[in-house]
Amino acid sequence: MEKDQHTHIVKYRTYVYVLIALLFMTFVSVAVTGIDLGPYTVTTALLLASIKSVLVLLIFMHLKFDKKFYGIMVASVFLLLACVIVITFMDYLYR
Amino acid sequence: MSEAVNQHTEVSYLEYKGRFKGLFAWIFSTDHKRIGLLYLYSMLVLFSVAALLGLAMKIELIAPGKTIMDAQTYNSFFTLHGITMIFLIVVPGLPAVFGNFFLPIMIGAKDVAFPKLNLLSWWIYIIGAFIALSAQFIGDGPPDTGWTFYAPYSFRTGTNMLPAVTGAFVLGFSSIATGINFIVTMHRMRAPGMSWMKMPLFPWALYGTSWIQVLATPIVGVTLLMIVLERTMQIGFFDPALGGDPILYQHLFWIYSHPAVYIMILPAMGVISEIIPTFARKTIFGYKAIVVSTLAIAFVGYFVWGHHMFTSGMSGTALYTFSILTFFVAIPSAIKIFNWVATLHKASIDIQTPFLWALCFLFVFMVGGLSGMVLGALSTNVHLHDTAFVVAHFHFIVFGGTGYAFFGAIHYWYPKMFGKMYDKSWANIGLAIFFTGFNILYLPMFYLGMTGMPRRYYDYVDEFHGPNIVSSLGALLMISGLIIIITNLVRSAKHGVPAEADPWKGKTLEWTVASPPSLENFEEIPTVTKHPYGYE
Repeated sequence: MEKDQHTHIVKYRTYVYVLIALLFMTFVSVAVTGIDLGPYTVTTALLLASIKSVLVLLIFMHLKFDKKFYGIMVASVFLLLACVIVITFMDYLYR
Repeated sequence: MSEAVNQHTEVSYLEYKGRFKGLFAWIFSTDHKRIGLLYLYSMLVLFSVAALLGLAMKIELIAPGKTIMDAQTYNSFFTLHGITMIFLIVVPGLPAVFGNFFLPIMIGAKDVAFPKLNLLSWWIYIIGAFIALSAQFIGDGPPDTGWTFYAPYSFRTGTNMLPAVTGAFVLGFSSIATGINFIVTMHRMRAPGMSWMKMPLFPWALYGTSWIQVLATPIVGVTLLMIVLERTMQIGFFDPALGGDPILYQHLFWIYSHPAVYIMILPAMGVISEIIPTFARKTIFGYKAIVVSTLAIAFVGYFVWGHHMFTSGMSGTALYTFSILTFFVAIPSAIKIFNWVATLHKASIDIQTPFLWALCFLFVFMVGGLSGMVLGALSTNVHLHDTAFVVAHFHFIVFGGTGYAFFGAIHYWYPKMFGKMYDKSWANIGLAIFFTGFNILYLPMFYLGMTGMPRRYYDYVDEFHGPNIVSSLGALLMISGLIIIITNLVRSAKHGVPAEADPWKGKTLEWTVASPPSLENFEEIPTVTKHPYGYE
């Protein structure tokens, strides 16, 4: 089952752009720790980490060019993780 | 599916001579069937040790005060019993043994997608087991935290925690590798014509389980690593003295460990879904409902971990949320029970040993499930938390669920795995003694818990003496039954009569190949045209 596959070649220029974006967000993640954002510190860190993960998944891991089904599977995993984090913080925010 | 039953036209996987000989032909084999048996033998040894530890604890509790061990030894025994039973037996149990052996055959494949990764999983399992068990023999004494390693005690105790935690961490990799292997196998290697809705229910259960293994195990891995870092480098994650939060540990631990309960129970449900239609000679009632409820349990099971923490000091909002979600997860489990019972309605039932195990499963699993409802309700949970009631509930679900399904599975697939039939009379006698002992052992613990006996204490007040005597005698009876069952199985592997290819008149693909199967399972990959349970 599911034998159909195809290859997709991404330009080196795209990889370089993504690399620069990842490095930029890493610096931002570090810089943000010096600012007191209160309860939003974790939110900011998670948001930046999520954007970086999405870039890696889409471009480096070719999810963008693969079958839609795999994209849905990965999105479901992220949704699950988001739900787990939200429920955990229902304890911390209302304790 | 099984119109034509093949005979032994090729040498079986047990007789096949590969590059290595003797023991090496097993421990370096990438054949999914041999790897399944490697897990089975490893678990049989570990299970025997852990069951004897459990028996020793029950003998200690036969009378108040010190009977055969002191408090610290008792603490170490329940810790080792828990770590071994949970991390080394029931979590990997059914997928590693029967998943490995039967998943490829049931979907019409010659092996799993990554055979070498499969062998690596077993090696990681063995290495993890050695590391975890080494905690008993080296350093500052056996761990005494219980299998949950709760913070802050887990990094303050002077006992030898690090190897136990590291072992559990290593074992996680084995679980993840097996999960990935099974998911890819089911996506890529189903036989031609086997659409998702023609896949048997045991593989479906393994599919849901594998996703939990892949997604939840890393969380406990990271959590255990955080304990190691906290103990060795004084980084404050969970210790309030270092600025950490002990409730965070409980959240992270149970975010994995509650879904892990479904890693244990989903394959068990898959086994029961195979046994019941075979012996009822009837198409399973509500195939799609069982598939959907399998996936629903796997999904909703992620969001109910907080019901282990109702007395931890969580916020009220979190308590209500987790309690409601806990009641939701009971719905798909109940759907399955109704489907199995409905399958039996007006069926031409052939009463054989595997079917009796399935019936016993239904009884003990329902007792476990309904007592879980009592614990899922906030008001009653506060009263029963950390009492013997929880121990009884847990054993009815995990031992009664996974354990009964495991023994049901081995009696169901034994003729296929070893090509021999066990002695059915002794198998039934063993089951009767085991089932009686099981209930005498655990039912009094519900009463003890409701009347206030806390768990994890080697001593108790005189008021609890009577039910504890009954419970301890039940343990002795249950172990006697286990000895009969295991002896019968071990003996029959050599002395049993040769088994037919399809002794139970099953319809799924494993019954179309020889007993025991050949190295590559199928001479020719089958084309599937029918529903897996086409009895009518």
